Amino acid sequence: MSEHEYVPKSKAAKWFNDRLPLLTLGAHLTDYPTPKNLNYWWTFGGILTFCLITQIVTGIVLAMHYVAHADLAFASVEHIMRDVNYGWLIRYIHSNGASMFFLAVYIHIFRSLFYGSYKSPREVIWIIGLMIYLLMMAAAFMGYVLPWGQMSFWGATVITNLFSAIPLVGDSITTWLWGAYSVDNPTLNRFFSLHYLIPFLILGLVVLHIWALHVPGNNNPVGIDIKKPSKDTVPFHPYITIKDAFALLVFMIIFAGFVFFTPNVLGHSDNYIPANPLVTPAHIVPEWYLLPFYAILRSVPDKLGGVILMFGAIFILFVLPWLDTSKVRSAVFRPIYRQFYWIFVFNVLMLGYVGAMPAEGIYLVLARVGTIYYFAHFIIVMPVVGLLEKTDPVPMSISEPVLTGGAEPSLARKINDKV
Amino acid sequence: MSKEEKKVNRRDFLFTASYTIGAVGVGAVIWPMIDQMNPDKAQQALATTEVDISNIEPGKSITVLWRGKPIFIKKRTSEEIAEARAVKLDDLPDPQKDEDRVKDGKDEWLVMLGVCTHLGCVPLKDKGDFNGWFCPCHGSHYDVSGRIRKGPAPTNMEIPKFEFVDSNTIKIG
Repeated sequence: MSEHEYVPKSKAAKWFNDRLPLLTLGAHLTDYPTPKNLNYWWTFGGILTFCLITQIVTGIVLAMHYVAHADLAFASVEHIMRDVNYGWLIRYIHSNGASMFFLAVYIHIFRSLFYGSYKSPREVIWIIGLMIYLLMMAAAFMGYVLPWGQMSFWGATVITNLFSAIPLVGDSITTWLWGAYSVDNPTLNRFFSLHYLIPFLILGLVVLHIWALHVPGNNNPVGIDIKKPSKDTVPFHPYITIKDAFALLVFMIIFAGFVFFTPNVLGHSDNYIPANPLVTPAHIVPEWYLLPFYAILRSVPDKLGGVILMFGAIFILFVLPWLDTSKVRSAVFRPIYRQFYWIFVFNVLMLGYVGAMPAEGIYLVLARVGTIYYFAHFIIVMPVVGLLEKTDPVPMSISEPVLTGGAEPSLARKINDKV
Repeated sequence: MSKEEKKVNRRDFLFTASYTIGAVGVGAVIWPMIDQMNPDKAQQALATTEVDISNIEPGKSITVLWRGKPIFIKKRTSEEIAEARAVKLDDLPDPQKDEDRVKDGKDEWLVMLGVCTHLGCVPLKDKGDFNGWFCPCHGSHYDVSGRIRKGPAPTNMEIPKFEFVDSNTIKIG
């Protein structure tokens, strides 16, 4: 927060600002003191904002041409691809945009996990972030249903059937979700309605996410509390905006690479076959960003158990701030936790891989080991390592290791290595 | 405090009465909003289907659509019936006799919902370890009576309500 009260220069601006202090908010966002050592892993907040706006804009345009009816949806998507001016471009941006959105959000989440950004006093930022992540998964799932291809239909069937695992009321809930006795036209219709709604809910939560962030201010790679504003901070504009803009440009190059050169590589070819309720595709897989959870679901030889563990894998993240017992935020100063962190990253990637493979033989064994380790990381590793680990000395300020490098040269190098 | 003994007065009554009426009003508005998502009259109207089964050869099956879901109608051979009845109930995760899954005197006709009880995929016929159906989604094996034998599915494939209208026609639903 800036120390001085903002006063607009022109009379008209002052008149307006006295009645609605939007300009004060703008000045706050411009001056917002930001830790000067933020690395490129911190640019994904801006990138995610870009992704959300891209999805909303392209989505609104696609809705002008799409028809949410079981008999017409598939054809209307092909109509967008072939007849609508630049329809192919807009749809490919939207479909690949979902993948890019998840790519960015996973990097953003793993950044938080490495640097302890979820810890006190930032628990609420973390929890709002997880709510955004849940809504993103719901929106992506429903969006994938809209083209009404084979994967759309059977993906919707499998996911909605997860709710039938609930004892006693499961079947009624599933029928209620469908609005029919199977995934059918009413299901498609309501999914379209909700798919249109959810991005705006996300937008609202993003405002809360940033608001909650601006109370304590950004965490940073050394993970210490800093005085604001001070020698340790720089104003958000132009220092962070220009860094964010550069990262965004690189991100957009990768994004464009997918859109223009391999627009279907992340999708499944079966979704170019119209939905057929009589034939299940030989190998159903969800989109890549849901694969680790799918692997957890399939690793349990019990229907209800699998569903509980799959949802548990997400909901355990909500209590993460209280499972982590370490006083030190950043893994830069946590030699033991750092190793477990990378094992965890590897484990999630492995679960994603086996989620794409058939659930048999070695893949089933790997999925079970991976599932057990996933939960052990949160329930055992995090509390125990936090208590037992001897952490490296933490600097007093961000400037210290950089400017007085002689005292702790190894420390300064370690930080630079991480960024 | 002790002087003014707390007792129920007119205002408390008005508060409680207002909250109660308010809660009833909110509930009366919420329920239609929830119930509108349940299957509508058009969906319910599709509740029965009549199927001609005269062309099915022994050992073969057909698949028809009922309420948006596939129904398997299989005319089983006597060997298949014998195989289904030879299974010990102890070997079944969801014990059920084959006799209880068919109509009396029409033992060759297996009519069931072709939906895997795990997560709703359509199992493939003549596949799997038990000479019955196999679900490709998550690997559930069903036997020649449609009973779950191996895999994550919790129960046997469901038998819908159906009846023989005459010897060549069945009505499902």
